[in-house]
Amino acid sequence: MEETIISPDGTQEYFINMGPQHPSTHGVLRLVLTLDGEIIEKVEPHLGYIHRSIEKMCEKDNYRQIIHLTDRMDYLSAHMNNHAVSLAIENALEVEIPDRAKYIRVIMDELTRISSHTLWWGVMGMDLGAITSFLYGFRDHEYITEIFEETCGARLTMNYNVPGGVMFDIHPNFVKHVKDFLADFKTKLPEYDTLLSGNVIFLERTKGVGILSKEDAISFGVTGPAGRASGFSNDVRKKEPYGIYDQLDFKEILYTDGDTYSRYKARIDEMWESIKIIEQLIDNIPEGDFQAKTRKVIKLPKGEFYQKVETARGELGVYIVSDGKMSPYRMKFRSPGFSNLSALDRMARGGKIADLVAIMSTLDLVVPDIDR
Amino acid sequence: MYLSIYDFSSFFQSIDNWLTSTFPEPIASIIAWILIGVSAIAFTALLGLSLVYAERKVAAWFQLRIGPNRVGFQGVLQTVADITKLIMKEPLTPGTSDKFLYNLAPFLMMLAPFIVIGALPYADGLQVMDLNVGVFFVTAVSSIGVLGILISGYSSNNKYSLIGSMRSGAQVVSYELSAGLAIMVIVVMSGSLQFSEIIEAQRDGWWIFKGHLPVWIAFVVFIIAGTAETNRGPFDLAEAESELTAGFHTEYSGIKFAFFFLAEYVNLFIIVVLAATLFLGGWMPLHIGDWEAFNNIADIIPPIFWFIGKVSALIILIMWFKWTFPRLRIDQLLTLEWKYLLPISLVNIVLAAFITLTGWHF
Repeated sequence: MEETIISPDGTQEYFINMGPQHPSTHGVLRLVLTLDGEIIEKVEPHLGYIHRSIEKMCEKDNYRQIIHLTDRMDYLSAHMNNHAVSLAIENALEVEIPDRAKYIRVIMDELTRISSHTLWWGVMGMDLGAITSFLYGFRDHEYITEIFEETCGARLTMNYNVPGGVMFDIHPNFVKHVKDFLADFKTKLPEYDTLLSGNVIFLERTKGVGILSKEDAISFGVTGPAGRASGFSNDVRKKEPYGIYDQLDFKEILYTDGDTYSRYKARIDEMWESIKIIEQLIDNIPEGDFQAKTRKVIKLPKGEFYQKVETARGELGVYIVSDGKMSPYRMKFRSPGFSNLSALDRMARGGKIADLVAIMSTLDLVVPDIDR
Repeated sequence: MYLSIYDFSSFFQSIDNWLTSTFPEPIASIIAWILIGVSAIAFTALLGLSLVYAERKVAAWFQLRIGPNRVGFQGVLQTVADITKLIMKEPLTPGTSDKFLYNLAPFLMMLAPFIVIGALPYADGLQVMDLNVGVFFVTAVSSIGVLGILISGYSSNNKYSLIGSMRSGAQVVSYELSAGLAIMVIVVMSGSLQFSEIIEAQRDGWWIFKGHLPVWIAFVVFIIAGTAETNRGPFDLAEAESELTAGFHTEYSGIKFAFFFLAEYVNLFIIVVLAATLFLGGWMPLHIGDWEAFNNIADIIPPIFWFIGKVSALIILIMWFKWTFPRLRIDQLLTLEWKYLLPISLVNIVLAAFITLTGWHF
């Protein structure tokens, strides 16, 4: 870091520490920027400021406890993280879970996706200097967290999944409130477009900025809306359906430009798709058990198990190596944020500091997910 | 018809007469200047407090919030509480900073607005000094403000501050050109640099109504350039919270930060007063052609209320920008100025000169 490069015309590159405490890194992410004036020459992410060794902790906890650790990874997709681990355990145990639990899980997943995307939208606006959008995003995020609170008792880290289903049945008002929310949100989502999407300054700031080609997206493993905006079809819900996604009618959002605007549009469109999914399910939640019978102490058979789900940020992989004991021998999470962050340097080079901020917000980084 | 009872000059004349008759000559002048200085400072402080409160309330309305509503009635004392907190805070000086310049910058920031406030017309006869080059004086002196920003960024010894201040330097210097050219349109049409004469020229109609196309263009250009000059959103690149944490005033705390904060709002006020005076007739009531009844009613409303009304409307307009638009990028900001606003302004001033020569603007 100490060396400085002096170019022939006498100007000098300089380093700047963006983070660990910085408003637009959304957490304790540290980026070391090499700058030539305002132009970015290099972005070097430094991780480790919020490392809690979740993978190591999994090795001493039993399988029921592990699920609750995963809430704290990508806290905005808490339900999906739980879902991934539950599925991995269920597949290993070969438990058939009741339909009711499957429906509830998928509805919760999609609500989580909407809530994550609304928050992302608000923060994206704030990163670009339009602070008002932050409050609009939070308004709708809040509505969903209240629905969660009613059923799960918690607002952010729900801990609602257990191996074999969900922990409790849904609250009697759940269906009504979700319907109310959908009706309300369908009028609120167009507001998002009026406030940001059509704004000239916003288009100038996002179109053609931070282009990620399809090849780069694949080689960096950029998944989720960020990858799909580059034309990399990777929706786990379509490719390897879990839950009841194979019975549902929804589109995989694909854009080909790979710029910041496409990533923005991909997420906005994904919210519409999530609304569609919930609408298909909310009236048809089957009666029955919400949890399959499982043993009190879960012991997975010897072997390796892998399950991936589509979180709000991309593909979350859960890899369990079991030696037949109460806790896994080794646990590994393939978190979407980590791979998405790795492409940041490629996208931001040659841009301005302001572009870096825009790119980072469309990658939708959640630092505890990158740094487990 | 024009109501002279609203003329402040007789009131100030009587104070002046009393001073000169009570005290010997030099002392009377000194007392008069001290009174003016104290009232200017008090006015600035009051202005800052009320504008900060207004901004917070306007922002709250835009953002589905209530805004401050705990301290005092509807939260009116919130800004007083905030400023008190800032005054009580320790004003830190970073160890590696250039201490003299670091401490000088906040004062430079406040200096320009303080001087300019004296030259602006608030109502009939309510003006510290009606300079015969008033417009020129205001534009010239208000450029000192950018020195404060540049010095604060340079002396803080912080890279974020430096980037912020360099951005701001580029921005303010560029946008002053357009703002100046927009002002020139009115100067060409009024044929004077003196505020009182410019306002007098709008007795039968504000420039925005009788100036046709060049004045409309100049008004839009001036509002854009003025917003940029005050470093307010969507042109707040100098502080750009999400990029540069707080830009040029990252290292400032306590009362020094309060100075930067206050200067931003007083600068906003100055730009708005200029826009109101040059384009919307300042304190001049609205007169429409030969509608005698309407004109008489308009005259009954005191000029100071006309002034406050116009200024408030423009302030809300500029706050509306800030709370709606995303921020521009530095290259887009300079593109907007050098490729669009400046050429348009240059053509516009030729157009204005042409219209003035042919006398089409009346």
